[in-house]
Amino acid sequence: MTEPTAPLQASPPPAIIDGMPAAVPVDVAAAEGLEVTVRSQWWYARHRFLRHRLAMIGLVGLVIIFGAGALANWVAPYSFDQIDLNNILHGPTTVGHHYFGTDEVGRDYLSRVIYGVRTSAEVGLVVAVLSTAFGLVVGAIAGYYRGWVDNVIMRITDLVLTIPVLVTLLTVAALLAGKGSLWIIVAILTAFFWTPIARIVRGVFLSLREKEYVEAAKAVGAGDLRIMFRHMLPNTLGPIVVNGTLAVADAILTEAFLSFLGFGIKPPTPSLGNLAAGGQGNPQDWWLTVLPGLVLVLIVICVNFVGDGLRDALDPQQRRVRA
Amino acid sequence: MLTFIARRILYSIPVLVVSSFISFTFVALAGNPLANLRANPRVTPETINHFEHLYHLDQSIFVRYAYWVESIFTQKFGVSLLSGQPIWPDISVAIGHTLQIVLIAQVLALVLGVAVGIYSAIKQYSAFDYTFTSFSFLGYAMPTFWLAALLQLAFTDIYLHWHVRIFYTSGLNSGAGGSNWSIDRFQHIALPVITLAVVSFALYSRYMRATMLDVINSDYVRTARAKGLPERSVIMRHVVRNALIPIATVSALQFGALLAGAIVTEFVFTLDGMGYFFFNRLSQSDTYSVMAYLMIVAVSIVVFNLIADIAYGFLDPRIRYD
Amino acid sequence: MADPLLSIRDLTVEFRTDDGIVHAVDGISYDVLPGETLGIVGESGSGKSVSTLALLGLIPQPPGRIVSGTATFKGTDLLKMGKQELRRFRGDEVAMVFQDPMTSLNPVLRIGFQLGEAIKTHYPKEPDDKIKSRVVELLRLVGVPNPDIRVNQYPHEFSGGMRQRAMIAMSIANSPSLLIADEPTTALDVTIQAQVLEVLKTVQEETRAATILITHDLGIVAEMCDRVLVMYAGRIVESGDVQTIFRSPRHPYTVGLLDSLPKLTEDEEWLRPIPGSPPSLINRPSGCAFHPRCFLSQGRMRCRDEVPELHSAEGQSHRAACHFSDELIGHASKFSEPVEAGSGS
Repeated sequence: MTEPTAPLQASPPPAIIDGMPAAVPVDVAAAEGLEVTVRSQWWYARHRFLRHRLAMIGLVGLVIIFGAGALANWVAPYSFDQIDLNNILHGPTTVGHHYFGTDEVGRDYLSRVIYGVRTSAEVGLVVAVLSTAFGLVVGAIAGYYRGWVDNVIMRITDLVLTIPVLVTLLTVAALLAGKGSLWIIVAILTAFFWTPIARIVRGVFLSLREKEYVEAAKAVGAGDLRIMFRHMLPNTLGPIVVNGTLAVADAILTEAFLSFLGFGIKPPTPSLGNLAAGGQGNPQDWWLTVLPGLVLVLIVICVNFVGDGLRDALDPQQRRVRA
Repeated sequence: MLTFIARRILYSIPVLVVSSFISFTFVALAGNPLANLRANPRVTPETINHFEHLYHLDQSIFVRYAYWVESIFTQKFGVSLLSGQPIWPDISVAIGHTLQIVLIAQVLALVLGVAVGIYSAIKQYSAFDYTFTSFSFLGYAMPTFWLAALLQLAFTDIYLHWHVRIFYTSGLNSGAGGSNWSIDRFQHIALPVITLAVVSFALYSRYMRATMLDVINSDYVRTARAKGLPERSVIMRHVVRNALIPIATVSALQFGALLAGAIVTEFVFTLDGMGYFFFNRLSQSDTYSVMAYLMIVAVSIVVFNLIADIAYGFLDPRIRYD
Repeated sequence: MADPLLSIRDLTVEFRTDDGIVHAVDGISYDVLPGETLGIVGESGSGKSVSTLALLGLIPQPPGRIVSGTATFKGTDLLKMGKQELRRFRGDEVAMVFQDPMTSLNPVLRIGFQLGEAIKTHYPKEPDDKIKSRVVELLRLVGVPNPDIRVNQYPHEFSGGMRQRAMIAMSIANSPSLLIADEPTTALDVTIQAQVLEVLKTVQEETRAATILITHDLGIVAEMCDRVLVMYAGRIVESGDVQTIFRSPRHPYTVGLLDSLPKLTEDEEWLRPIPGSPPSLINRPSGCAFHPRCFLSQGRMRCRDEVPELHSAEGQSHRAACHFSDELIGHASKFSEPVEAGSGS
């Protein structure tokens, strides 16, 4: 019978010299009244975001502008199609609350702009959400399964990226005019905007695929979908949120271009684009073009500020040391 | 290097074929080529049939595509179905005008943008930096139609109040048949050039600044300093040389995109360029003209993508050995 | 004893960050004798690189700041020099080799050009063909095969080890008196590491330059260095010649470092790392920075209240910064057998 060997210890013995442990564990520290806090990733992200001054300004701006649009029915002094032929083409005044003036048939311009914000924002948000969702799915599939699926998808995204957006939009909008135009526009915008998200998600998935915890999950028998959702997707949330936010501004701008040229949302429904088309070339009626455009610029600037703040908060590798 | 170029050209051809086929198919099927003929009650069905046969409208889409491609080479895009006028003369003139405006705007934007980007990066956090970063931010956020409209309004106002025409606010020339390089022409294209240049400038200066900052903090710049190089050489020979690489590609792509005609800008200033051509013919459902435009746009995009790729390979030796 | 080539006294460098002031280097002093190889050992964040970067003025001064100290090199204080003057020393009298050869060479310029640049900056009157042949010579010296062809290639055409050789060649191009190698082998495979170290030895023999070798790898120190400084949290905690330090360390941190090395000639079941993690350089522990992780301290107040000064331990040249270093006398380290002497002296 062989000599029984000593059982292997479960963990290395702590470095003990002269009977004293060499490090101070957490519970001892707590016992001495020192605070030990555990902070999650999201706490840090939120903290960084709130510290970003420009992002806060942008956020406030967006709340005001989008809020006015959302609550248009209560905020706007007039209805957007209330015609008043006695008051046509007034510049901005305080008389009768026509702060933005009136248009060529006497409708209050401030109200029209507010409703315009609502329409533009609706389109922008829907496009951003849809394109993000679509891009996420496509990017996930490409990054997870790789192989020929990935290749095909990448070629398609390359193709989409080279096609000029406005040209295609105009062509499609013109030739399919009148056949449920708003949704066609949303559909086409989505068809263009999904590509950057797909690229990003694919990149993240490609890099995560080789990580050990994915292999471990597979070994335990987790299905593909579960792995993708539970383990890999959370890592893409940062870039997705940033990209989605910026996509809203992009979509609103593109729709504005379209409507400006007369192919997007058609009057009398106001959108910031078709409103701006109103005062074309007439210096006397400058407010008809300048004011909706100004609101548009403000929206884009605020969204960019917020996007910058989100990027700082969620992508901390970009830390820069300030003087 | 040459194999690199040859390979890139080879890749482009199928892309060109596919994209032109797709756009042709879409326009051909969605559009209604003989609309005005059909709408005219005095036109007999025989005449319509005759034209259908003449323009191969009764054949499959592939055959029609083939005929159309043939017409590009033999008839220079043929004739507009709407007006009966040949397409090529109009579109070639439009290309020339757009080219002139876009070229000047891009050169200005590039030179200024790169210079400002370099200086902003070197003097980071200075007043110069903050001013121009904000300016670029604004320029980037502005829709071109708004900027165009503002400029138009401003200069029309100046004329009305002071009776001095500094820049014209619409059209390409004052009278009919003006020359392409006169002072009058420059006065007319100044505002559109400024509009396009501002947006491109914003893009280039931001991009250049970001790339510069990236490169300035890289290890090989530290090595260059450790060798004892004067700061000026470090910046010019090491930093800028590397930072210019992405700018070259971005500007090539931007140029290609703008050749589609800065549609909105040309619309606002009523300039007879590609974008204006497209907009007009599209509004009139002049299908063959629209197809001709799309084809030219596709070609220019492919060509400029090619130029961007080649420029990148030229500037960055790592790419050449692909 | 010869006059030191480089004399650093009370050097303190700090960095301003969003989270506070980082005390990277806190009042360190050391000498480098001509021709010797001095090793600086420490964990990441110990300040070992920062002190040498500060010497050459390579610390970006907005976030960084040299608070105090002198660095006398051949009679002049490098820290008081203007930018132009300092530039003349960089790459000529004092040269540096960096850690990651992948990113330390400009990818769009040819190797020959980058090496030639090092020479041309300091000797602009030299004709180009002479520079070119010198560059090829240098590449041959460091063991790059086919140097006359390779000289026209781009960095991405070189392997990692070859790139580091090229970096070394670049640094000795002007026969510097002092060569600073900042973790030259950390980014390389182990087998390549050995080769690069050989190259360093060759280069040292050729140029008779003094070398500061910064590393976290004690094995490299044992092989290459004459003397060694051990740094922790921005301070020097022990210094002396390699034999003495390895044989009888007098600072608990050094003891911990040596203990954590696996010894091939013995049967060890467990590795013994130093417990805890490196301290934050913004909020350093009071007194001796090592006391929270120290086995010798045992909670004694003096460790927490008083910053230990470097004082002589065994013989004049061996110094340690510990209040209770005497208690380590007789504590033989794992490596009590004589260690292979470093090259150079």
